[in-house]
Amino acid sequence: MAERSFVEEVKKLRLSGGEVFRGEGILAVTKALLESGVSYVAGYQGAPISHLMDVLADAQDILTEHGIRFENSASEATAAATLAASVNYPLRGAVTFKATVGTNVASDALANLASGGVTGGALIIVGEDYGEGSSIMQERSHAFAMKSQIWLLDPRPNLPSIVDAVKQGFDLSEASNTPVMLQLRIRACHVHGQFIAGDNRRAKFTLKEALENPQRDVSRIVLPPASFLHEQEKVKDRWPAAVKFIEERKLNEFFSEGADDIGIIVQGGSYNTLMRALERLDLADVYGNTKVPLYVMNVAYPVIESEVLRFCEGKRAVLVVEEGQPNFIEQNLATILRQAGSSTALHGKDMLPVAGEYTAAELLKGARTFGERYGRLQPLPVPAPVRKIIPLKAVAEIGVDGAPEPSEPVRPLAESVHARPPGFCTGCPERPIFSAMKLVERELGAHHVSADIGCHLFSILPPFNIGNTTMGYGLGAAGAAALNTQAGKRAISVMGDGGFWHNGLTSGIANAVFNESDNLTIVVDNNYTSATGGQDILSSKAVNATRSTGHEIERAVRGVGVKWVKTLRRTYDVAGMRDALKDALTTKQKGPKVLVAQSECMLNRQRREKPLVRKAIAEGKRQVREKFGVDSDTCTGDHSCIRLSGCPSLSIKPNPDPLRTDPVAHVLDSCVGCGVCGEVSHAAVLCPSFYKAQIVSNPSRWDRLRDGLRQRVIGWLQRGEAKRRAEYAF
Amino acid sequence: MTQPIKVAILAMGGEGGGVLADWIVDMGEASGYVAQTTSVPGVAQRTGATIYYVELFPQAQADAAGGKPVLALMPLPGDVDVVLASELMEAGRAVQRGLVTSDRTTLIASTHRVYSIAEKSAMGDGRVDSNELLGHAERAAKRFIRFDMAQAAEASGSVISAVLFGALCGAGVLPFSRAQFEATIERGGVGVKPSLKAFGAAFARAQGEAEATHAAPPTPAPQPRHPAVRALVERVQRDFPDPVQQVLLEGVRRLIDYQDVDYAGLYLDRVAAVAALPANDGGKLLRETARHLALWMSYEDTARVAALKTRSTRFDRVRGEARVQQGQVLAINEFMHPRLQEICETLPAGFGRWLMNSTGPRKLVERMTQKGRVIQTSSLRGYLMLRTVAGMKRWRRSTIRYADENRRIEEWLARIAETAARNPELAVEVAQCQRLVKGYSDTHERGLRNYDTVMAALQRAGAAIAPATLRELRDAALADEHGHKLRAALAQHALA
Repeated sequence: MAERSFVEEVKKLRLSGGEVFRGEGILAVTKALLESGVSYVAGYQGAPISHLMDVLADAQDILTEHGIRFENSASEATAAATLAASVNYPLRGAVTFKATVGTNVASDALANLASGGVTGGALIIVGEDYGEGSSIMQERSHAFAMKSQIWLLDPRPNLPSIVDAVKQGFDLSEASNTPVMLQLRIRACHVHGQFIAGDNRRAKFTLKEALENPQRDVSRIVLPPASFLHEQEKVKDRWPAAVKFIEERKLNEFFSEGADDIGIIVQGGSYNTLMRALERLDLADVYGNTKVPLYVMNVAYPVIESEVLRFCEGKRAVLVVEEGQPNFIEQNLATILRQAGSSTALHGKDMLPVAGEYTAAELLKGARTFGERYGRLQPLPVPAPVRKIIPLKAVAEIGVDGAPEPSEPVRPLAESVHARPPGFCTGCPERPIFSAMKLVERELGAHHVSADIGCHLFSILPPFNIGNTTMGYGLGAAGAAALNTQAGKRAISVMGDGGFWHNGLTSGIANAVFNESDNLTIVVDNNYTSATGGQDILSSKAVNATRSTGHEIERAVRGVGVKWVKTLRRTYDVAGMRDALKDALTTKQKGPKVLVAQSECMLNRQRREKPLVRKAIAEGKRQVREKFGVDSDTCTGDHSCIRLSGCPSLSIKPNPDPLRTDPVAHVLDSCVGCGVCGEVSHAAVLCPSFYKAQIVSNPSRWDRLRDGLRQRVIGWLQRGEAKRRAEYAF
Repeated sequence: MTQPIKVAILAMGGEGGGVLADWIVDMGEASGYVAQTTSVPGVAQRTGATIYYVELFPQAQADAAGGKPVLALMPLPGDVDVVLASELMEAGRAVQRGLVTSDRTTLIASTHRVYSIAEKSAMGDGRVDSNELLGHAERAAKRFIRFDMAQAAEASGSVISAVLFGALCGAGVLPFSRAQFEATIERGGVGVKPSLKAFGAAFARAQGEAEATHAAPPTPAPQPRHPAVRALVERVQRDFPDPVQQVLLEGVRRLIDYQDVDYAGLYLDRVAAVAALPANDGGKLLRETARHLALWMSYEDTARVAALKTRSTRFDRVRGEARVQQGQVLAINEFMHPRLQEICETLPAGFGRWLMNSTGPRKLVERMTQKGRVIQTSSLRGYLMLRTVAGMKRWRRSTIRYADENRRIEEWLARIAETAARNPELAVEVAQCQRLVKGYSDTHERGLRNYDTVMAALQRAGAAIAPATLRELRDAALADEHGHKLRAALAQHALA
């Protein structure tokens, strides 16, 4: 079950021609696929493209109605290889994953696909993960498109342009026998807008026909001599065909072409941000009418030479807006202009940042520099220096009452605004694994920890500070491969269940067996690929109507030859986890050790169970809710518990004790009673301040009877004790 | 020329920033506006902070001009009309990012705090001063509408996004009527009633209806009934200067509760000695020593914890914190892990020492205390067990722990006295070093170790140490669990 349900939204996929579609970018892409007559769709989840996978999963009935096959691929390589169906048959197919992480994994298949070329339209939709919130921000899909010769679309980030790019992409792919990559930046994936829908189209040629009438063409297979032919085909046939198509269909756009003798060349994806910058500089209006000529490259690769020369003709200078490094487009333009003997000056990374996201502020700065250089803007007046006056103030001292309240800030704002790094959710079953690792660290000392990609990577941040390297999704165990020698300590690797099935089983576990590793691998099995939004995988416990689940990780691990395997079915058992870790790190047994730590992702569990519990209570059924708390009169404000947990629900509050000043620990209402607080305070011998409240709704008669008796006796004793205290009170 | 209306929402995971953005978009679209929103989700889901950005443009205007507005996907610093922040530090972040400018931005923010991990995990008090954040926000914004929206949400049984939506309406900065706002909530169809209630309350607050202010209740004059207690209270009022009396009365109250009237008397004897020290600092040394002495003399032992856990007031507090409703049954479970050491310390000294040095019995107790125990205080068995432990305060004066703590207290007081003779400011810092010793088990041992280290450094430095240096050492001891900072600070001041 995915984190977000699109069941309501997918109804929009049934809209027919002329109706207005309102919604998110990702959903618009799905609608465009249906309107393009695709036969199959595949992909691997990962932000920002996860929602596309979730939309498809929730739209299976619609896909089935249109005869479309939908695959949850095992990895991006699987997804890319799926496009092989379009090599021999006139089948349109689309795959999706995040980039560049996904393009890295998929590149083997992509290279082979691009070599032989395609018959049916093949579209690779990548969620381009560049800038805020990204994982590997410095790389771009552009390089992959260039090296494999895959055409790269980068449409303007509005719904009509995105939808158009999908449809044109299939046509372009078929016209040039080349796969096409459509890149969507994260904000474009999630942008809310509208477009006029078209009719959904059913493919004329079906998968069934392909299976029953297999076709082969040896010249499409990557083996000599065909592969030599492919190289020639790419430049002699496919490239010119693509150029012709792009020119004819006017995929790239010219705005106010002859308005001035300077101009800006911009990738479609950066168009809106650039327009805002130009508008703020009075060089354009809010409707995109610009005083500066613009060439918008909705096709980022290949660069269309004729269009570039046409745009630069008679221009003194152009500015290229191309996010990221290396500046492939700028270099390409330089070559084109140079070879044509053009005298147009080319600006790009000299006026814009070489690296980093092109935010509105950066583009404003760059456009201003360009405008000032060519006299279209007056330089801003230099502000007169302001002399800083530090006001004299009495500063509050710790533990001293009655100091005046500062009405004016006395410190720079940066000191008061802290980072909020992502962390484990309330009740996350992964937290106790790392709490246990902290406890083991106290006893056995620090170990080398090879981390992986996934929620569990939050362990590298405070308060855990565990993890030395991370080499890629599913590569936790592989990352410790070299650290395998006679030593007093073993390396520890962490791997998620998502990464395990993606490639970790072979790249990590089987590799460790084969190479006789002595290290420990912890497989965090929380039932889903949680970091990407909680999609089901092979080992999910959920019953999924269209996928096969319930395949245990332990069996797979034993299957490749690991002898020392332990499965802990409740990660919240911190002491048990600690002991299992200690055992794995100290056992005399040779060979790889694998510890499978199982507990369901709390985010998904709560989403499933909360409505059920509410319903049960409403129906009068007995329900027990658990919540932790901290007694503020026994808490001394050291916050060890927080340092071993970092739970969002475990916070602090002002000390109610008039004699103390340090804030006390405090459990917020969002607590789900996972039990880690209690387990940690036991295992770490912390303090007796934690309590667990069990609240029984719709108590049974026995509950009420017992409670009544207890309350009478304890209440009587408490009243007596209170009376004695009251005697001395004042 | 008309500009789009630009709204940025800063929120953390689970606070409904996305819902709020969707409401604004829906309201815009329903009212003849082109509306666009986007965000970088994902990190927000998992406790991070994120920005949702909305732009609105009148459709009629676009039609008249014959164009389609090009709307941006991210805010441009200095170009935002309204910033909504679900929490005070997030408001500070908006200011830091330059989104709040005094020429145009209305900042609507909740004043409550969701503490950052750095603030929460500090060993002492790591909280940021809210006044700093408020001051910066006030200076940066054109208008700053603020109140505790978490409380407002709680009071109406709703969520903070509904409160922000109400405050946005009340601020009157968007061209939509209250009816249009409320219709949006109703169209949403989820939790409509509480949302509307929260909306209404927030609307009123943003319109400037001040909440009834709760002035802090004046501290009632002490009214002792017991003659021995009355004598102590009168002694405080007679012998000590007015500004210190409140702390002393708190100290007396705590120590009677902790042990008995005599023990509180001992407290006042000790404080009286401090009052006689030469210090012309407006009672600062006296007040700080009195405060820390009360804390030290009421050190946490098993009897004390058991006493606090079994009180009726405590049961009521848990009932409130767990939000137990009529007809529900509550059970309270304590997580306790007494070790051999704590048990021996609580027994009469002779018996405790015997147990500590024995072989068989010691092993037995050690085995029994290897694992933590969960004691259900709300059950008869658990309650009676803890009551028995609480009753052990009767022989507290004869325990090993009592002897140890009293020796340390006396040494500390002697050091304060000795330091005050030379440098009263330094004596205040010495007094405040009691803050290092807190917690239980390992935490307590670590604190004590740090305290001893700092005191040893003080001893070595003699008169040559400045008050600020001692304070620095104390802060360093509270900076990390492993003592790295303290070691570095000692080395820096050549006190290692």
